[in-house]
Formats: sequence, structure tokens, C-alpha cells
Amino acid sequence: MATPKIVGIETEFGIMVRGTAEWNPVSASSLLINAYVGADVGSLDERSAPVAWDFIDEMPGADAREGMAPDYAMPPEVETHLVNAVLTNGARYYVDHAHPELSTPECRDASSVVIYDRAAELILIESMRAAGKLLPEGQEIIIYKDNSDRKGNSYGCHENYLLDRNLPFGQIVHGATTHFVTRQIFTGSGKVGSELPGIGVGEITYQLTQRAEHFEEEVGLETTLKRPIVNTRDEPHADSQKYRRLHVIAGDANMSQVATLLKVGTSAIIFAMLEDGAYDHPLIIDSPVQAMHAVSHDLTLQKPLTLEDGRTATPIEIQWSLLEQARAWADRHGLEAVGEDAGKLVMERWEQALEGLESDPDSMASTIDWVAKLRLLRGFVDRHDCDWNDPRLRALDLQYHDLRPEKSLARRAGLETIVSDHEAQQAVTEPPLDTRAYFRGRCLEKFPDNVVAANWDSIVFDVGDEPLRRVPMLEPARGTVDHVGSILDSSETAAELLEKLGA
Amino acid sequence: MAEREQKKRSAPRPQEKIEESQATNESGEALKAELDDLLDEIDEVLETNAEDFVKSYIQKGGQ
Repeated sequence: MATPKIVGIETEFGIMVRGTAEWNPVSASSLLINAYVGADVGSLDERSAPVAWDFIDEMPGADAREGMAPDYAMPPEVETHLVNAVLTNGARYYVDHAHPELSTPECRDASSVVIYDRAAELILIESMRAAGKLLPEGQEIIIYKDNSDRKGNSYGCHENYLLDRNLPFGQIVHGATTHFVTRQIFTGSGKVGSELPGIGVGEITYQLTQRAEHFEEEVGLETTLKRPIVNTRDEPHADSQKYRRLHVIAGDANMSQVATLLKVGTSAIIFAMLEDGAYDHPLIIDSPVQAMHAVSHDLTLQKPLTLEDGRTATPIEIQWSLLEQARAWADRHGLEAVGEDAGKLVMERWEQALEGLESDPDSMASTIDWVAKLRLLRGFVDRHDCDWNDPRLRALDLQYHDLRPEKSLARRAGLETIVSDHEAQQAVTEPPLDTRAYFRGRCLEKFPDNVVAANWDSIVFDVGDEPLRRVPMLEPARGTVDHVGSILDSSETAAELLEKLGA
Repeated sequence: MAEREQKKRSAPRPQEKIEESQATNESGEALKAELDDLLDEIDEVLETNAEDFVKSYIQKGGQ
């Protein structure tokens, strides 16, 4: 059976400071996160140092293609000096490339990811509020959950999937490329205009995605330049003999919870199918980079893509055939690998999305971001009788992603919510019960003074005696409430915990 | 991709079709009213001086 598709999302947020011309995004991001972490442990006066991230296992330069990394592929830098905190819900909250970034804890399925993605929004909202108290009167930090400043600068919303190390990387590339190019029809969060050189707003008034135009390669290690559709970063953050972590950089950040569910859920299914040998998709897209742009630029969803064998197919047709194969896979192998309940929900929503997009895209305005945003834009154009060059439309486009509840347009757009306020609020501080994030989060919550550092696959404890003790967590599906819940509950001290764990 | 098997959907009977189209009209009007309310709200909360706001939104590239 396929490896359990443990998943997580890392989002780099857009940041802006109002009320001063003198600000830089690194300091603002640091202040934002410090304000939150400080607020988390009591009053600002008695702020204690947050638990730091442990960089020992970070190796973002490792390439999944053995011996295939071209000489010019420089490994990305790890910025160890910036703010980097671990939260009690198992998430990592830090400054990366001049943006605040939040990585959700490892989640067992797509439904759980949607909860933690919403919790991430709540954390950023609380951070803005906490930062406001530290800033001089009249200044404000504003956070946007988007992927582009519409001026050629992009920042990512990455997905991570646990994969079987034995699955050949070439097969991953084959399946992932087909899906990533065509899933844009329901994962896109919409953008006014184009960022490609030489394209005026008259040519492309609006497109499906924020991110597509920032992709220039089919496969590669880069994430900040010449971005590839399939990223080869080989940093499993788990037992590297058994697992691979596929680092997906090709998606948009979604405001719609259903879109996040679909983005992660359908991709998890495709990867599980690949592992089970059930992905037998004959449709290989010719020139995927151009196809990625073309899909994003085609609001009709009708323009056919050229396939390698000379035939053509629309993105919806390709998605239908992926769904049909997914159904056959589910009948034969079950949905356990992607979580039974979440898997069923994703299959239903996947079909509804394709049906809706095929018959009447406007009907998807409550679930698909690019449709929801387009509805607002068209309504605005009609009401104010303006053209698509009007800066107010670009403002509306940006403000759709504004996380401030009093300003967010996505919040007003009538999007369906599938996460309750209670679930999201709980997920701000509590980890998922069913991955190793449970152990990380509970240790931080229960023994904050003894946890010196933590990262995805280990926690370092200081229990007073030398030396420090590292507890490895190389199995993402272990360290759950079932495995360690009672040990954690019954341990009065960190030393007792370590003793019981035999660490 | 003409050879793709079309998904089988049973055609609705005529009576259902009529009811459906009435329902569509009603829900269409409800949707329009809802959009009007929404646009009122957008007019209220949309950043003033849109041009400056859009121009000032400059981010450093990330991953």
C-alpha cells in the first residue's frame, strides 16, 4: 500500500508597513513574529525566548536527481540568524527571504491541513494585532496571503507530501507535471493583468493564478530563480532510506478552504496512485512550462493543450481522466493512504469542481478563488463602468488577500467554510493528534523550559544533566497521541518523559 | 481528445427542467442582490487612493 500521505503547507506571506516610509521587510517580519511569540508566553514585559529551530538536519541543496544537478544549481541559503520559532501546535513560524513564513505541522490528511492552514491565518491575524501594540502610533503591519506583488516578484505557498523513497523520481515528475499544470483550474487564486514582459493589460486582463507566470523550468532544484514545475529538493526530514518529501512549489496560496482541500487532496491522491502503480496516464503535456502559462491565461478553460503524441486535450478533460483513474485506484486500493474520510470528501469535491467548471464556471464562486475574485471584479467594473486598467481593480485584487478581518475581501466574498471557528482556534495552540507533530507540540507545551531546540525530525532536551539529549522523530506517522499520549500525560518532568521513552 | 468517454449523466425529464429553470431564476436574482450588497461593502472597505496603494505594494521575491 502507498505510504500514508502526510502533508503540510508552508506559506510565505506578503508584508507591508503603513504609516512610515522607513521600514524593511526583514525587520517588520521579525517584529511581527516576535510580537506573537512574546504574546504567547505572557505579557510583553516578561517575554521569554521562544524555542529555537534546530538547523542540524537542514540541507535544502540536496537534489533528488542523483548525479543530475547541473553545475549552476546553487543550493539555497539557510538563513540561520533570523527569527525562527516552534509553536505548540507543532508549526514553525519564521522569517524567510524577507517574508514572514509559517509551516503548518505535519497533517495526516487534506482535511487536517485545511484546519491548520486556517489556524495559520489566525496566527498571522493575532500577530498583526500584537505587533500593533509595539509599533509607534499610526503605524501598522499588514499581511497578505498571496504569491505576487504583481510587479514580477513572487513568493511561495509550498506543499509537502511524504512519499516512498522507492518510487522512481522520473515517475513522480511524469504524474506531478500533468497534475500541476491542469489542477490550476481549481487551485488558482486569480490575478489582474500579467507579469510577463511585453504583455499589456489589454491582452490579459485577468488570469487564473498568481504563480504560473513565475515558472520557467520543468524540473530543477531552484525555488527563487528559474522556478521549476517539479522541484527536486531532496530533504526528507524523515528516515531518508524509506521516505522522500516532495516539495511542491507550483501552487497558489488559497483563501478558499475548499480550494486548499482540493489542491492538497487531489495531489496526495495522485502520489498515492503513483506509489501503488495505479497511475497509468497516457496524456503527457508537450512543453509543460508554456502549457502552465496558457492554462493560467485561459479564462474560458476551453483551449486545448498539445500532448506529446500530437493529440490535444483541455485541462478539464485531463482532470476528468485523472479523476477516473483515481476512482479506479480507490476501488482497488481504498483511500487509507490519503485518510478515508478526507479521501472521500476530496473525491466528491473534485468531481463537483470539474462538473461546475465544465458547465458554468461562475457556479464555483463559493469554492474556487479565481472565480470568486472574478465575480467581484466584474461586478465592480459593471457598477463603476470602469475599464480593466483601473487601479481600483488592482487594489481589489490585492485586498482579496488582506488578512485583516475588517479589510479582507475574500472574507466577504461568500466563500464556503469547511473548518469551524472552534476547530481553527483549537489548532492555533494544539497539534494534530495523528502525526509526530503531536509529540513536538505537547513537549513544547508541557516542558517549555527543557526543550532547547526542535526541528521536523528531532527535539533537543536539556534536563539539567550533561549532555543535551536529542530525541529523534524519523517516522512522521509516529509520536501520535496513540503512541505517546499516555506517556506524555503521566510524565511530571522532562527527565521522566525521556526515561520512559528510553531516550 | 474526442475519444474520451463522456461522463454519463441522465438527462432530466421536461418537468424537472422547468422547475429547475424557475429555481435558477430565483436563485439568480438572489445572487444578484447578494452581489450588490457585497459591492456596497467593497466600496466601503476598499483602500482609498488605490493607485498609491497598488504602487506601494512591492515585495522582495521569495521562494
